[in-house]
Amino acid sequence: MKSVITVLRKELRSYFSSPIAYVVLFVFLVISGIFFFLYLQSFLEAIFDPRIQFVEERINLNEVVIRPYFGTIGVILLLLIPLMTMRLIADERRGFTAELLFTSPVRLTSIIIGKYLASLLLFGIMILLSAVYILVLIKYGNPDLGPILSGYLGLALMGASFLAVGIFASALTENQMIAAVISFGILLVLWIMGATSSAVDSILGYLSMINHFENFAKGVIEVMDVTYYLSFIFLGLYLAYIALDSERWK
Amino acid sequence: MISVSGVTKCYGKLIAIDNISFQVEKGEILGFLGPNGAGKTTTMRMITGYTPPTEGEVRVGGFDVVEDPIRAKKQIGYLPENLPLYNEMTVRGYLDFVADLKNVPGNIKPERISFVMEKCGIADVKHRLIGNLSKGYRQRIGIAQALVNDPAVLILDEPTIGLDPKQIIEIRELIKGLAGDRTIILSTHILPEVNMICTRVIIIHKGKIALEESLDRITGDLQSSKILLLKINRSDNDVGERVRGLPHVSDVSEIVPGEFRVTCEGSHDIRELVAKTVVENGWGLLELRAFTESLEEIFLKVISAEGE
Repeated sequence: MKSVITVLRKELRSYFSSPIAYVVLFVFLVISGIFFFLYLQSFLEAIFDPRIQFVEERINLNEVVIRPYFGTIGVILLLLIPLMTMRLIADERRGFTAELLFTSPVRLTSIIIGKYLASLLLFGIMILLSAVYILVLIKYGNPDLGPILSGYLGLALMGASFLAVGIFASALTENQMIAAVISFGILLVLWIMGATSSAVDSILGYLSMINHFENFAKGVIEVMDVTYYLSFIFLGLYLAYIALDSERWK
Repeated sequence: MISVSGVTKCYGKLIAIDNISFQVEKGEILGFLGPNGAGKTTTMRMITGYTPPTEGEVRVGGFDVVEDPIRAKKQIGYLPENLPLYNEMTVRGYLDFVADLKNVPGNIKPERISFVMEKCGIADVKHRLIGNLSKGYRQRIGIAQALVNDPAVLILDEPTIGLDPKQIIEIRELIKGLAGDRTIILSTHILPEVNMICTRVIIIHKGKIALEESLDRITGDLQSSKILLLKINRSDNDVGERVRGLPHVSDVSEIVPGEFRVTCEGSHDIRELVAKTVVENGWGLLELRAFTESLEEIFLKVISAEGE
């Protein structure tokens, strides 16, 4: 446990002592801010559009602003998370520090979990900051709080799964670029699987990351969806462990 | 303290280490010699538990490094060939991290860190980023890192590489001073270094142990046949004959005109006698020195013999 914290602290320090964390946070806030503004604008236009005056009850903040906003954050995470995880293990190899880590009296599991938690914390800061825009909505509007909270739970679980995929990809290579491309590839495939079949009960549809997120955004928390993401996280970390452990035996 | 028994390591089809066994006792400083690619680093990596052996068993302080890695690794300080440094950390921050990794208790940690920084001469750069430091400093940070948990076993892969002559001497002194209750294995390709530091030497060649000998024996064996190098200014035809006629001289050969190689038998010191003969005959003595077969020559002999 103590070694998990040691690794976690070191990773956090290296995130924030290099420009990575700041650049990722900044880009994330700018892009999500632009989309938030666009959705809000279309909401305002819709409200004041005389043609839609009659169906006003169908336009609400949750439907027009918050749901698409969550969807957009999902896409931004798909692009940014491979960049957050790419160096986690690949860089230890390239910098020869893997030899220090793996000859220290520390379990491989502790190393992987410590690194994972560090990326999770950075990701946590990211989505907390993204809530600023939602807080603005809550202050000046009257959105339904339920779907917002469940949407955030969904985002957190989805992001955490992305990170687990990213750490696995980083365990496969010593090249950060390759790690980023591999994790981006895996995530994109898992994402577009949903497009071939949007029904959750088909196999491809079930494996799709985005289908499970839909429910959360609607305000529905299903045990199946939570289990999906949790098992995904576990699988990603386990595969990272296998990749590192088997490499030693070569 | 360290026992390597019947260890083989294969990388795919390539056999890097072929069934080697040796023991290192407490307090010994073992020098690992061998040409590049002989398997020195692989052997060290197996002892430190970085890579498990394909066959055989490695025990450190009684613990199997594969079966009981945490307890085995706790006793080891390891300086890899490629320095495991984080360029974005400060020296102090890095040693702090390594101390935490190696379970140095919090109450003695600051003391240990200052101690190793002092020992390795890096205290004056403790607040600087490692990435900005010179090779000499980086090498010494690597050594400090290996020492920070006060390990019973030190594994040093080429500890003096990249240092300037003054630092090399300091680090050698440091390593010598660390022995005593510790067990040290160091690899090097600077052969005199082994002479200066080690108590025993193992020469590895093509994944096998080509020679395992205590250093006393190596230098002792050399004593039995002593060779003198003699250089004179005026060389007459009969110089070789006259020197050969001296007592205890077994052979004289002229390498180049004016330069002779004098082999004497037993452990008799005939330098004084040779000098006197040369001076009395007015040949003009330029140089006279004992020519000992160095570790280099033994090394080359072993390596080329194995190469057949």
